[in-house]
Amino acid sequence: MSVNLLEAENLQLWRGDRHVLKGVGFGLGKGECLQVTGTNGAGKTTLLRTLCGLMVPEEGRVLCEGRDIRADLPAFHSSLMYLGHEPPLKADLTARENLHYWIGVRRRLAAAGLDAALARVGAGAWCERLVRTLSAGQKRRVALAGLALMFAPLWLLDEPTTNLDAEGQQVVGALMAEQLARGGAIVVATHQQLPGTVRAARVLELAS
Amino acid sequence: MSITGLPAGVGSSLDAAPSLAYGAGPAPVLAAARLALSRDLTLAFRKRGQLLQPLAFFALITLLFPLAVSPELSRLRGIAPGVLWVAAMLASLLALEFLFRDDAHDGTLEQYALSGQSLTWLLFAKTVAHWLLTGLPLALMAPFAAMSLGVPASAVPGIVLIMVVGTIALSLIGAIGAALTLGMKRSGALLALLTLPLSLPVLIYGARATELAIAGNSYVAPLQLLAALLVLAVTLAPLAAASAVRISLE
Repeated sequence: MSVNLLEAENLQLWRGDRHVLKGVGFGLGKGECLQVTGTNGAGKTTLLRTLCGLMVPEEGRVLCEGRDIRADLPAFHSSLMYLGHEPPLKADLTARENLHYWIGVRRRLAAAGLDAALARVGAGAWCERLVRTLSAGQKRRVALAGLALMFAPLWLLDEPTTNLDAEGQQVVGALMAEQLARGGAIVVATHQQLPGTVRAARVLELAS
Repeated sequence: MSITGLPAGVGSSLDAAPSLAYGAGPAPVLAAARLALSRDLTLAFRKRGQLLQPLAFFALITLLFPLAVSPELSRLRGIAPGVLWVAAMLASLLALEFLFRDDAHDGTLEQYALSGQSLTWLLFAKTVAHWLLTGLPLALMAPFAAMSLGVPASAVPGIVLIMVVGTIALSLIGAIGAALTLGMKRSGALLALLTLPLSLPVLIYGARATELAIAGNSYVAPLQLLAALLVLAVTLAPLAAASAVRISLE
């Protein structure tokens, strides 16, 4: 019997007096994508933050390959990449420096790999510019280069195509397709259709 | 726990770079901490104006005392230890508010927490950067401020040593306060209320050691107590700061 890469069991979470996650549960195997939908404020970001261990549910648990993620959070974190809707970039560093410091904290990086990732997302030409001079779409592309560099088996993406043009959305689609093809898994929160050829194995709709 | 049974980067156009395969492995924790330190230093030197603020504040306070108290050097020499340490504490506090705040806003702390690395080490590296940018310059500036208060040149090496030890402890204690007040609006006053009482032992032993150094006596005993406080702060402060940051991220 194959064990799910990621599994959520009856997640219940309150924020103040708001019951945000009401018994959310799903299983996600290798090579599968789960799309999370719902209106604004339905709890999509909260679900992603709970899945990656940043928030602790009042009830329920998150399992990775059958083991509770709380048993060894650092090891679980080293296997996942979470990309929120705001890219974690410093305005006073260049795009390249940002990636170097952001991804370098997690894994060994070679300069060639960094350049390849930036070129892959179409950021090669302006990667030496300070992030404060970049548009929202360009910043998103830098964040995507981080995604390409991490090779984490589990991706948690919050609105990954926000601010991106058609070409940028294709890049996201290609990266996601590659992730699934190599046996990784993706949980993506988005209102929009999934980019490129990516199809969700299942869709989880959160009620507000 | 690690996810098993995945092929190494199959199908990726980035496979050509050998270091990008799954097998390249995580960065060692010390290398990660060094990167966090280097990043903060790079950022600080790109915003030099902020670097100068604590130093200017320190200089201003020490220069105001002769105007307010008396220009008599013998009187100023008597109050110099207290002036130096209170000024150093307040100047160090000025920069503390920014220690984690920007990183919390732009998602860097969140990424640190999810990096699989020890958050304690990464925050320790950030605190070291804070000391290098604030505490160390204050310690190096202290002799000039001390001499303007009539302190003899023979006391300068001792004052620098005492200030170095004391300001490291102040940065570490301050990191706890900065982490606890993360996410609060207008946290400056609360940060001061949390940090200053915790810093009192550093102030007491630092000022006493400085007083003895100025008088030409042995300051080893209070310096040892200051060093003991530093050891305690190095051991506990990064752990406490990491716990507070994790709570603020929820």
